[in-house]
Amino acid sequence: MAKGTVLIEVERCKACGFCVEFCPTKVLALSTAFNSKGYHPPHVIAPEKCSGCDLCGMFCPDFAIFGHRDVPAASEINQ
Amino acid sequence: MSVTTIAPPANPVERFLRTDRMPHIWCPGCGIGTTVNCFTRALIDAKIDLDHLAIVSGIGCSGRVAGYVRLDSFHTTHGRAIPFATGLKLANPKLQVVVYSGDGDLAAIGGNHLIHAARRNVDLKVICVNNLIYAMTGGQTAPTTPGQVVTSTNPYGTFDTSFNLPHLVEAAGAVYVARWTTYHVRQLSRAIAEIFQKPGFSFIEIISPCPTLYQRRNKMGDGLDTMKYYKEKSKVKNGAPTSEVGLDKQGEIIVGKFVDRARPDYRELMVNQMHESLGSRFIDPVAAECEEGEPQGCEEGLCS
Ligand SMILES: Cc1ncc(C[n+]2csc(CCOP(=O)(O)OP(=O)(O)O)c2C)c(N)n1
Ligand code: SF4
Ligand SMILES: [Mg+2]
Repeated sequence: MAKGTVLIEVERCKACGFCVEFCPTKVLALSTAFNSKGYHPPHVIAPEKCSGCDLCGMFCPDFAIFGHRDVPAASEINQ
Repeated sequence: MSVTTIAPPANPVERFLRTDRMPHIWCPGCGIGTTVNCFTRALIDAKIDLDHLAIVSGIGCSGRVAGYVRLDSFHTTHGRAIPFATGLKLANPKLQVVVYSGDGDLAAIGGNHLIHAARRNVDLKVICVNNLIYAMTGGQTAPTTPGQVVTSTNPYGTFDTSFNLPHLVEAAGAVYVARWTTYHVRQLSRAIAEIFQKPGFSFIEIISPCPTLYQRRNKMGDGLDTMKYYKEKSKVKNGAPTSEVGLDKQGEIIVGKFVDRARPDYRELMVNQMHESLGSRFIDPVAAECEEGEPQGCEEGLCS
């Protein structure tokens, strides 16, 4: 189970690749699709590996991505 | 491709941005935006009261930060961020005043202000984005440009000795001096949070890529290549003597907290001197601001 989720605002991305390179669990890859400015934004290739550490968010110079930790469901907390 | 748009929870940086001004003008792979992430996360971690915070920038790509953050910010003239911030801090000592600017702005045209604010130990938090060049104006040689680097004004390579900024500001009197690169996002964010607790003149140098004008001309690749270089060639040496942390074109980058010391800041020295010379005739304008329920100063008879 993934511990976190990554959210991407593709239109802000300038495809520097920082998030793809420095994601510690290699959740991301640059997509082959374009955004409206002609850049290839990242997309999620391994969602289950996301820890929600937000390193992608710390690195992203365009404020286009961030990670957050998922709040465990109540049933999980009780266990 | 699945398109995910930002819905709550929001990017932590979002509430600190003037989103109407996004996308920003910084080039792909430029490091300035990364420093803004670290800065805003430091504001969250250090629980900074945003009503008592001011950001002052000069001119340059780095100086643009003031225009992009949704905080009380001032985009001043080139080189004059520190004198502007000094006035702001002295007039309203309750403010936390951050100077956020580039190496050219702070160490070239503003170099005199930098050394004298450090000498006086004015309570300012200076964040210097050092891309080793005057970026905004086309990549001219700056006082920080290391030797052998090709710039628009040194097409055959620079040959004059560059400033080692940590060494300079330590010698001038700064109480906190650190250097990180844009690769060291967590350390940088922690360092920025730390200087908010530190009275006096603090200086953080952030080595940052300018792929468009520095790396490209020197065949050093793009922003990502530069980040990989930082990762590979940086060595953390907390407490390293600043005389030994000078930079060269492609060598090791010593990073870490170099200086953390205490000495009375400018305002404290001024108030002490006035008390000594004038005794009870001196009225500290801040202490005299007797707010209801907190009669600071009155106990000492300053308001009478
Ligand atoms: C009084 C004055 N002189 C010169 C300039 C031109 N100028 C604008 S930005 C700049 C250099 C900025 O370098 P730096 O502070 O390193 O910022 P960067 O663009 O590299 O982030 C210069 C020389 C100016 N705007 N005003
Ligand atoms: S010119 Fe250099 S410093 Fe300025 S925005 Fe572009 S990459 Fe950044
Ligand atoms: Mg510069």
